[in-house]
Amino acid sequence: MEEWKSNSRVFATLAAPGTIWLLLFFIIPLGFLFMLSFSSKAVIDGQVSINEYSYFTGVGNYLRSLNPDIVSIFLRTLWWSGLATLACLLVGYPIAFGICFMPEKWRPLALLLIVLPFWINLLIRTYALKTVMGANGVINSFTGIFGFPKLEMLGTTPAVIFGLVYVFLPFMILPLYSTIERLDKSYLEASLDLGASQFQTFRKITWPLTLPGVVTGVILVFIPCLGMFLISDELGGPQSWMIGNVIQAQFGPSNDWPFGSAISFMLMFLTFVVLFGQWAYQSRSKGVRG
Amino acid sequence: MFSDQLKPGVGPLEFGKRRWLQILFGATLFVLYVPIFTLIAFSFNIQNRGGVWKGFTLDNYPKAWNNQSIFDAMVNSLTIAFITTVVATVLGTMVAVLLWRFRFGGKPVYEAAMGLPIVIPEICMGVALLMFFNATGMTTLFASAVWPINLATIVIAHIAFCFPFVAIVVRSRLVGFNKQLEEASRDLGASEWQTFTKILVPYMKPGLISGALLAFTLSLDDFVITFFTAGPETVTFPVKIYSMVKTGVKYEVNAASTVLIIITIVATVLAMKLQAPEKSGH
Repeated sequence: MEEWKSNSRVFATLAAPGTIWLLLFFIIPLGFLFMLSFSSKAVIDGQVSINEYSYFTGVGNYLRSLNPDIVSIFLRTLWWSGLATLACLLVGYPIAFGICFMPEKWRPLALLLIVLPFWINLLIRTYALKTVMGANGVINSFTGIFGFPKLEMLGTTPAVIFGLVYVFLPFMILPLYSTIERLDKSYLEASLDLGASQFQTFRKITWPLTLPGVVTGVILVFIPCLGMFLISDELGGPQSWMIGNVIQAQFGPSNDWPFGSAISFMLMFLTFVVLFGQWAYQSRSKGVRG
Repeated sequence: MFSDQLKPGVGPLEFGKRRWLQILFGATLFVLYVPIFTLIAFSFNIQNRGGVWKGFTLDNYPKAWNNQSIFDAMVNSLTIAFITTVVATVLGTMVAVLLWRFRFGGKPVYEAAMGLPIVIPEICMGVALLMFFNATGMTTLFASAVWPINLATIVIAHIAFCFPFVAIVVRSRLVGFNKQLEEASRDLGASEWQTFTKILVPYMKPGLISGALLAFTLSLDDFVITFFTAGPETVTFPVKIYSMVKTGVKYEVNAASTVLIIITIVATVLAMKLQAPEKSGH
């Protein structure tokens, strides 16, 4: 690697476009959002304006977001994202494990089959789920043959959590697969040969060695779950709002951008807390090894 | 977790032959694909209000094709994805080469900033850009412009979240580059530009292709950021489905979705085929 000063013209040429784009269309907009989160709607001639703001009026928006309704939606978002992540892990781990122990020629196909739906547009997949789970959907038509009563699935909490699992499962399986595949299988043989049971081998050998993949998978599922509003909007009812729905409403029908900005920043903060947790884990495990 | 009772002939490490794993794998595939196949099957359904199977027809496909708003949305999506891919690949590649080649003060911070568009929730980026485009007057400026200029806000937003992905893909390709090739090229009198186009670009090619394909799919698939940055007149295909599903089921949507699914699958499988021989060459 060379020092940038040694060839500053090339350095500047390479750096300029990307940096300018990122500054102009990402950093500055985020700055705007941050500024607006400390602002409120302007009052002009005694009337609250629709799209004029008075800037830097205080932390009122953040205080407002501490009201029980919003806090409970935040907690629900965390809880549901956690449940969905756990479900992805419980289903994804054995599947990734199974694929790794398949005959080699089947592995790429098996992996492709799992990952392919992920490439299909999120909205199409959500729409597909909606048609299957609807009152007259495939599931109800099928169970109806056996005389079961129609089950109202849409608009319920399990529907939203199922939707999250459905959409994000490949995010869990891919990192798990790549970790388990690199796992030295002779460790497992040694453990079994030395008299450990399958369960002991899993708990003492397989799980600790594949934990980095688990952590990556958990992050990759949990973070997008936190910001999701489409699934809860389409599969859930008015009672199943997640924090993304609150933000969307502020920038849509409720038209309260400053409040929406404040909640967006709280969501971002939450994301960074999760990422910091991952970073702390990684640096700790590095310390143990090295 | 694992049963100790094995069938005769199944070794303790042959998890691929465990019945319960096979069943789980099959069940997961079933759950993953039933909704998608249902959606495709219903694209051949006769239009009705109840959302039940009425009979086979091919009418939905020409109907979707002739539905001006669906057609426009599809053309918009593809146009946006195309422009985004070109610009994001160029920007992302430059950033990748920059980070790979140079040492400079504040590099960790710079890298973290480049990673931000990938890690922050999409909805936050969407609303930030919505605000920014409104406050700077870009929304009104572009909204009244002719096609395809009126797609500018969406394209700008898409490039902003796609090029960091391209940078990551291309950079991981560059890791394996033998720097002596570059030095040799310069020693032999090639200019910076010649070295870049004759040595570096051919080496990066697989990375460029997969980066470009990633940008294309990301752009084509994006709903959240487009939803916030699109003007009232500029509808992309995902946004169109969103509004159509809200107003009731029309099987033209299924037909158009089926076409998009096929496009995506063909592109994905093609991308994997293109990359496959490269991997074994290492």
